[in-house]
Amino acid sequence: MATPEELAVIEKAKVLMVGAGGIGCELLKTLALTGFKDIHLIDLDTIEVSNLNRQFLFRKQHVGQSKAKVARDAVLKFKPDIKIEAHHANVKNSDFDVEFFKQFNVVLNGLDNVDARRHVNRLCLAAGVPLVESGSTGYLGQVTVHVKDQTECYECQTKELPKTYPVCTITNTPSKPVHCIVWAKDLLFARLFGDRNQSSDLIVHTNDRTSSAATADTDFFNIKDGETPESYACRVFDGVFGDNIEVALRNEETWKSRKRPRPLYICEVYSDAKKPRIDGSCNSPDGNDKHTASAARILGLSNPQEVWTVRDSANVFLKALELLLNTRQKDIGSLVFDKDDQLAMEFVTAAANLRSSCFDIPMQSLFEAKGIAGNIVHAIATTNAIISGLIVLEAIKLLMGNLDDCRTTYCLEYPRRKMLLMPAELSAPKSSCYVCSQSTLLLEVNTTMTRLREVVEKIVRGQLSVNSPMISQGPCLIYETGDDLEEDMVTQYNQNLEKFLDSLPAPIVDGSILSIEDFQQEFTCHLQIKHREIFDEEKEPDNMVLSGKLSTTRDQALPGSVQLTAVADNVSIHAVDDDDEVILIDEVAKQDLKRKVLDEESVIVCGKRQRTEVS
Amino acid sequence: MSNVLTELCKNIVLAGIGSLTLMEDAPSVSTVMNTSFLIPVEQIESDKSFLTECAESLKDFNPMVHVTVEKGSLEEKPDDFLNNFDVVVVGRSLLKYRMHVNSLCRKRGPKIAFLSVDCRGPLGEIFIDLQTHTYVLKAKENVPHSLQNLVYCSLEEAIAARWDRLPKKTTKLFYAMRIMEDFEQSNSRLPGQVTLDDLASVLDTRKRLCESQGMPETLVPDKLLHRLLYAEAREHPPVCAILGGILGQELLKVLSGKGEPLKNFFFFDPMDGKGITEEIPRPDDTPIIMQSAEIEI
Repeated sequence: MATPEELAVIEKAKVLMVGAGGIGCELLKTLALTGFKDIHLIDLDTIEVSNLNRQFLFRKQHVGQSKAKVARDAVLKFKPDIKIEAHHANVKNSDFDVEFFKQFNVVLNGLDNVDARRHVNRLCLAAGVPLVESGSTGYLGQVTVHVKDQTECYECQTKELPKTYPVCTITNTPSKPVHCIVWAKDLLFARLFGDRNQSSDLIVHTNDRTSSAATADTDFFNIKDGETPESYACRVFDGVFGDNIEVALRNEETWKSRKRPRPLYICEVYSDAKKPRIDGSCNSPDGNDKHTASAARILGLSNPQEVWTVRDSANVFLKALELLLNTRQKDIGSLVFDKDDQLAMEFVTAAANLRSSCFDIPMQSLFEAKGIAGNIVHAIATTNAIISGLIVLEAIKLLMGNLDDCRTTYCLEYPRRKMLLMPAELSAPKSSCYVCSQSTLLLEVNTTMTRLREVVEKIVRGQLSVNSPMISQGPCLIYETGDDLEEDMVTQYNQNLEKFLDSLPAPIVDGSILSIEDFQQEFTCHLQIKHREIFDEEKEPDNMVLSGKLSTTRDQALPGSVQLTAVADNVSIHAVDDDDEVILIDEVAKQDLKRKVLDEESVIVCGKRQRTEVS
Repeated sequence: MSNVLTELCKNIVLAGIGSLTLMEDAPSVSTVMNTSFLIPVEQIESDKSFLTECAESLKDFNPMVHVTVEKGSLEEKPDDFLNNFDVVVVGRSLLKYRMHVNSLCRKRGPKIAFLSVDCRGPLGEIFIDLQTHTYVLKAKENVPHSLQNLVYCSLEEAIAARWDRLPKKTTKLFYAMRIMEDFEQSNSRLPGQVTLDDLASVLDTRKRLCESQGMPETLVPDKLLHRLLYAEAREHPPVCAILGGILGQELLKVLSGKGEPLKNFFFFDPMDGKGITEEIPRPDDTPIIMQSAEIEI
């Protein structure tokens, strides 16, 4: 229960919630119970079956409906006298501009991706509205507070972007299950069922291009006249798991310091047994329902947590391929991989496992593969409930004007120093943050061979998360987006996109300084260009490197320090010198924490937030 | 069915436990339950009992879970009634009652886990007694999966621990809750049936208890007791969400046998924002939680 003073402030507060998913459902419920009466809620998603085990405001009959609207209706049932306005929309929509944000006393995020969080961060800074940020992944979670000019903004600490893998690792030298899954879904599945005309990295050549696999033939993956699904499936199998690997093995350099893969052919897998019956019929009565048609079930592999053998995987590969060909004819050529498409997921799991077996990589169960394919850390309802409570507690402190009492709170899986919930002091804004304290970033790029389009896609929209960019060099506008642009301007900008940087009307060369702006986000930053010829294909696959004064990129930070990173689109905490996995905070605890942790007797004071008057 | 127990039930039903039985046994003052998120407002006046409404709502969260309501009190039940359960959770109640249920759980053999929780305004306490509990410790780098064994003390033993032998930094909320318990029991109050008018009396209780435990009164700040009394019977919803989440996680750990459970108290105070675990040992100081042989699987 809140004190009367708190209650007075709570009842008058106007709150914006962004996200009506795992955290959102818990948060909306907790806000309503605590006495909040005026809530706006934005979420672009619709409800899926996989949400129902934790997003408790939703039921089976709501699948397909707007999360924001159903959440609102569910809460109004037990709190009918409060106002909840639900927006089934993307928070990046231009309707949600600075003026929209200014009407709120506090903004509460329950998002699941870094990109949207950055957008909301910028709008809150522009509008001068405090933001309570949160995230959870598995058993870990955290809640923190961002107030313009008083604390760090969300972007003061660089967040690592979702992992992308160099193409060569995926096509030639996988070493982890995720590499095989990405191969199976983005290369194999895409080539077999997606757009045939897109160039594919599926084909393997020797480095000197003197020989290629059979798969190099442009028609290889097209089913031949008179070819049965069975022989097609076997042909594809031998092509990608046998022939491709044989050709790859001929590149001696590649395997000098790596374990050599083993090709796998159909005849080896079935040397002593019959192949599964492929009789052209889809045995499952619901063969056309993409959510339930299943090759695994037909083959008796009903436990999604069980790891298949090579034989099982081959069976599923062949059967799933047959079912897909027979039941989705009209979609072939335009099918997009969807982790919730049962058959597609089974096919990808089987293919990934077969590839893994060639490269001596551990195979995955269907359940695990789905998590990896969907970039998911399986969510846990209880963590979200805890996070929602912490968010509301911080929101109340902000509304009461008690910024000094606000904290970052970490939710741990196991106690560290007797704490399962660990508070830490908020930090002062970083003077080098290009978002809240305008500073300059450095972009290393080959200005003679890189087109503007690549910089816009990979850097401006990609790494900088700018939604509607305007790019200029001094007084010259190089590129902008908008609905109200004149046609000749649009033409000019489109032409500019295709030009090399140094061939633009206002050439971008070594030493140039670009301004990047976004009016909606009220965001400005400056990009200094440095020309560089050579980039490392593995470490710098984009052929561009962005860096800033705040050099806390993974490679440069001190080992043993803790950073916030985005893993699987959620905020988590991991130690810098660990490789890919999120590790439990318990292990991190053994190293020195860079963040300040509150302790009864000693508050470590470093970079403590200045107490200035809130205007 | 308090707010915090409602949160717990939501969490464990969503997680998909086998079955959940609700019982309204321990009398206490609870806030007017028209703020329960389980029950649509128009159904509050219905004929069905409050617990029945809750049960039906919970079933909706996960139709695979068997949710029932048990009528009557524990006293009326046959001796082996608790045998049906793997875990018993008790909400706000007199210490006497909790100790009684805890001893019933222990009498049955080693299998019934006992958990209790109370949310007083913004302050919360959780207690766990798993008797003997074996669990799997996840494999980490270079350390394979291993089996661990824990031995818990009973509620009675934990409460009997001498204050002057507990570690100096033990959270003050532990002592404050014991003072409240003592006050309520001695004054024939229902748990939660307190107001700020009781402050003087509660301070007397503090004096008496601290003296008998060989500790100075400054052990428990006035402010803390003030806040507990000010709360009366209310529960602060965000703290209920936090406690319900922590307790839910522990319950699932107990049932699954995976992961180390809490040892043996948990406290939360939003004033410092710390969620603290405390290990309160037996009165004779023997470490109550013994980690016996680590068996590699």
